Amino acid sequence: MTNNKLKIKANNLNVYYGEKQALFNVNLDIHSKEVTALIGPSGCGKSTFIRCINRMNDVIDICKIEGSIKIDGNEIIDKDVDVVSLREKVGMVFQKPNPFPKSIYDNISYGPSIHGLAEKKVDMDIIVENSLKKAALWNEVKDRLHEAGTGLSGGQQQRLCIARAISVNPEVILMDEPCSALDPIATAKIEELIDELKKSYTIVIVTHSMSQAVRVSQRTGFFHLGKIIEVDTTEKIFKNPGNKMTQDYITGRFG
Amino acid sequence: MNKEKRLKKRYNAEKRFRLYGLTSVMMAIFFVIFLINVIFSKGSSAFLKTTIDLEVNFNLETLDLDNNPTQKNLEDAEYYDLAIDSILNVYSVTGLKEEKALINLFSPDYEYEIRNFLIKNPDFINKKTILKLTASDDIDQLHKGNYPRHLPEDRRRINNFQLKIYDSLLEQNKIDKIFNAYLFKKGDSRNPELAGIGGALVGSFFTIVITLLLSFPIAIFASIYLEEFAPKNKITDFIEININNLAAVPSIVFGLLGLGILLGTFHLPRSTPLVAGITLALMTLPRIIIPCRASLKAVPPSIREGALAIGASKVQSVMHHVVPLAIPGTLSGTIIGLAQALGETAPLILIGMVAFVVDIPSIPTDPSASLPVQVYLWSEQAERGFVEKTSATIMVLLSFLITLNFIAVYLRQKFERKW
Repeated sequence: MTNNKLKIKANNLNVYYGEKQALFNVNLDIHSKEVTALIGPSGCGKSTFIRCINRMNDVIDICKIEGSIKIDGNEIIDKDVDVVSLREKVGMVFQKPNPFPKSIYDNISYGPSIHGLAEKKVDMDIIVENSLKKAALWNEVKDRLHEAGTGLSGGQQQRLCIARAISVNPEVILMDEPCSALDPIATAKIEELIDELKKSYTIVIVTHSMSQAVRVSQRTGFFHLGKIIEVDTTEKIFKNPGNKMTQDYITGRFG
Repeated sequence: MNKEKRLKKRYNAEKRFRLYGLTSVMMAIFFVIFLINVIFSKGSSAFLKTTIDLEVNFNLETLDLDNNPTQKNLEDAEYYDLAIDSILNVYSVTGLKEEKALINLFSPDYEYEIRNFLIKNPDFINKKTILKLTASDDIDQLHKGNYPRHLPEDRRRINNFQLKIYDSLLEQNKIDKIFNAYLFKKGDSRNPELAGIGGALVGSFFTIVITLLLSFPIAIFASIYLEEFAPKNKITDFIEININNLAAVPSIVFGLLGLGILLGTFHLPRSTPLVAGITLALMTLPRIIIPCRASLKAVPPSIREGALAIGASKVQSVMHHVVPLAIPGTLSGTIIGLAQALGETAPLILIGMVAFVVDIPSIPTDPSASLPVQVYLWSEQAERGFVEKTSATIMVLLSFLITLNFIAVYLRQKFERKW
């Protein structure tokens, strides 16, 4: 199942929030077109790490990043990098569904319109339809595209956010605990969707659920106290972890 | 104490608390009703004025005009003789003293009222017609029942002879009460029956427009910058504290500022809506910035993150997503701020808006009155007619304030979004 084509390479990544160091010398390789799960106890730096990949940490004034992250060999931890085009390439789905308080259509069309991906209304209609189809939401909302996105159920809202992320045709999708606010049925739908999406996108998912990591990911990284303890194929991590701490965590002895 | 006793005590405390709350609400309602009642009972009569029917014969000879006069001839003609002749026909009087008493029943503007009628209706040349001329303040108040006619003659401004004329005119149905258009059309006057809030309305309008144009854009951009873009450091904190302090500065201090800087240093024209607008804009700025920032802050950060994560720039995320969500709060904050500015008196007194201005301003650099200052000015006058005028002005001012507040509430409820 796993392939060896490298998509993202983090090298000696150190992140500080003011005085506090959140990540210590993180080295992590993420492979193209597969799902990498990041697990670990709360506050271990998983979210900090994925927020470095699309530079969302720039929003936080006191955050300082050192080291290197390369996507397809291009350095992104650099002041000169254009974060707008980086985020076009690296989409993100958040913990809590955060659709814009606009219509379903406008939620999807916003990204393509600011990046100029569709010149005509017809092109935009196609993008919206395809994005919603890819996010497995089209059949549920095709008759009410102009109703508020916030009127959908939690699971639908999260799929709307995924559709919004893929509307600008990214290469990587970052997911920060996308199912933590959802019920098991909605979670199952999102997991199915992730399985489908990995054919076209590289996905990095932060999760607190071991079983979810097992179900959706091909590779798993275990974080603890800002350090990466172990990265390997999901199968190996969960069947035969190389590190004692990993084993303790996945068997529920701490976390 | 056993359990039942304690439970009973808790229920009693609850009942007492509800009673306190209810009492305070009741008292507030009572005061509001009392206030409105006083203002309405005093002020409503100002919307009507007393008139006396006068038969006027627009004879060209009396007016010293040739046949077929032009509009210009009509405007330049002398109407005094015609007016006096017509008035002296109302009641048979002998001697200068009685003539004067009769003429004094009319407001001093009788000459202009006759003139204006003819200029507007030139068809009445060489015809007779009955005009309703404005009665003097004393007759007006007498007819409205506010005049103490039971006082002995030497303590009244209306003498017995005038009362006799009034009674006889009343019997002939020549005295009437009609809608007082002067109240809205005319500027200030020394004669209450001729005084109006037209000048104050226009002055207040100019003032509030200037205040809005100056304070709204500055406040909006200041709040957006402070809330969304400014680095969180000591300078920003310092500015924030000072904005909050400025909102609490007494308005008269802003009046002093306007007096010292706008009038003193820049020599802008005194007692004009321009200066008033700038002064009130300074006062209103912090009062708009604070609710604006609050409504920007109320937009959940997840909306900003969602926009940024899809590749919007910072400005795009703010302008496309945050600001539209903050608009209802911003607008209602602005309207409330403007309503406060509209009712502000103290700073206007300092920049000279207490001047007695008869003319209605046509541009913001004309000397002018404003509604709250007009209330203040008239409340100091001795004539009875100004008492009802004062209350009527308060009614007009209050109705504007209430309208503004309703608009604010409406905007907030209409555009408020939930997520």
